[in-house]
Amino acid sequence: MRTRALALRIIRQFLRDKRTLALIFLAPLLILTLLNFIFNGQPITPNIGTVQLPAPIIERLNSTDANVTTYTNQAEAKQALEARDLDAILSLTDGKPDLILEGSDPSMNQAILLRLQKVMQANTPTIQPNITYLHGKEGMSSFDYFGPVLIGFFSFFFVFMIAGVSFLRERTTGTLERLLATPIRRSEVVGGYLLGFGIFTLLQATLITWFAIEVLGMYMVGNFGLVLLINLLLTLTALTLGTLLSSFASSEFQIIQFIPLVIVPQVFFSGLFNLDAMAPWLQKLSYIMPLYYGADAMRGIMIRGESIGDIQLDIYILLGFSIVFALLNIAALKKQRAI
Amino acid sequence: MSNILEIRDISRSFHGRTVLQSIHLQVERGELFGLLGPSGSGKTTLIKLMTGMDRSDSGEIHILGEKVPKLSLLKRIGYMAQSDALYNELTARQNLQFFASLYGLSGVRRNERIDAVLRVVDLLDHKDKTVAAYSGGMKRRLSLAISLLHEPELLILDEPTVGIDPVLRQSIWQELLALRDQGTTIILTTHVMDEADKCDRIGLIRDGHLTAVDSPAALKERSGTTTLENAFIVLGGGVLA
Ligand SMILES: Nc1ncnc2c1ncn2[C@@H]1O[C@H](COP(=O)(O)OP(=O)(O)O)[C@@H](O)[C@H]1O
Ligand SMILES: [Mg+2]
Repeated sequence: MRTRALALRIIRQFLRDKRTLALIFLAPLLILTLLNFIFNGQPITPNIGTVQLPAPIIERLNSTDANVTTYTNQAEAKQALEARDLDAILSLTDGKPDLILEGSDPSMNQAILLRLQKVMQANTPTIQPNITYLHGKEGMSSFDYFGPVLIGFFSFFFVFMIAGVSFLRERTTGTLERLLATPIRRSEVVGGYLLGFGIFTLLQATLITWFAIEVLGMYMVGNFGLVLLINLLLTLTALTLGTLLSSFASSEFQIIQFIPLVIVPQVFFSGLFNLDAMAPWLQKLSYIMPLYYGADAMRGIMIRGESIGDIQLDIYILLGFSIVFALLNIAALKKQRAI
Repeated sequence: MSNILEIRDISRSFHGRTVLQSIHLQVERGELFGLLGPSGSGKTTLIKLMTGMDRSDSGEIHILGEKVPKLSLLKRIGYMAQSDALYNELTARQNLQFFASLYGLSGVRRNERIDAVLRVVDLLDHKDKTVAAYSGGMKRRLSLAISLLHEPELLILDEPTVGIDPVLRQSIWQELLALRDQGTTIILTTHVMDEADKCDRIGLIRDGHLTAVDSPAALKERSGTTTLENAFIVLGGGVLA
């Protein structure tokens, strides 16, 4: 009953704090929408320079939605490439296509290679490569690939911050001490926080996931309930970690200082970036990052349509993180009251 | 035994600075006991040791026959901290509902108690205002109301009347005296002499030493003075001007 009373109080406080509510629910949607525009935005129209190509090839290149400029010699084209007027130069050497890419923008490179492929396919139908997709689909955007990680990240980030600040305030305003002068158990305090925040985080996770899939049209072939489950587990981890770390902060500003320490490293290791170039022992750091498991499961569900059996390890580990952090929380409260 | 509180040889220091020095004290059931001392003398520290919020370096405290800290004891103690610990976003009633639930009150009984304590502190008309809109004195009264919710046997109040205007202070004191007459033991701290005069017994605390414990009249007599203020100075080892 005390746990429920505490949860109810947290919910009531939340409902009065409109700005925090907006932060939890609307900020992730806004950022996701922006990222959607960035990653999905304009179709890329590369500027391709050609040097002494046969007319039919130029024609086909033109039809692939590219700005094609013809040059009479390679040196002239090179100059344009260096001046960034061109993204690539296509020429023929001994009948073989010779492509020079500008190379700064990976997504541009990909777009050009794709066009070249189309042109060459039509040219020599006999060696036409057969392209199939194990997962995803042709034209799947970076947003579809990053999206599942981003959904998990936003849930994690905002809940971490808000739970941390709330618990900190409870301590600095003296209400925690007052709370602990009642017969409430330390475990009931932590449980009340989990329940009160849990309800909001479940709502938040539902809204973010629904918005990403239905409104932004993020690629999703898996089970919606599973996505919610993973999101909820991830936010519980954020909640317990946020409240735990807030015992080591003495002001809101110090909570913000946890962002570079706790949040940013998780982003690096969550699968948003390819870690192959990193030293193997450093790569192993991802095993201690909750977001790594959340992101892995989210991607599995949304892109590869994985079932609960495929992601059970992620589920266990996230649950484990939450339980460990919650127990540490209960222990940390001993600092405030010995029993 | 009729001692509701028994403090044995309590000492507490912070960062090597002694704040309480071997305190001994007994408070009997049904007493209104006042701890009188200037600010910084260690009153709040002693109160926090009683509720189990803080741990002493040495010594023991027993309340209602149980050794502090103990969870089940907290159900029988009403506590009001020196600084108001209220949820500003919530209304007075929501604050009371929250704490009432923590003390195990529910349903009709809970609502009855909430109305009763709001009447005592004269906040019935403001119960649905958010606490953020309360004045300092109103917050103080709400804190007092919370400590009365579960009708505790022992009330521990840390400077309950600070910031409350004289008229209301009178009515709160009337209520405290009425509670005592009904059998509630009250331990409070104050640095106001005329409040201390109303207590059954007072303990004079100064620089972490409990210099004297007795009834106001006996303290005046013992020091050969007519006011508690002068008694405080003389018994604390000072010289009257
Ligand atoms: N947590 C603490 N850390 C360090 N010093 C403290 C702490 N709590 C109290 N003190 C010191 O102990 C002394 C007594 O404080 P306190 O008990 O609050 O006095 P009072 O309530 O009589 O005004 C003060 O000098 C205060 O600075
Ligand atoms: Mg004090």
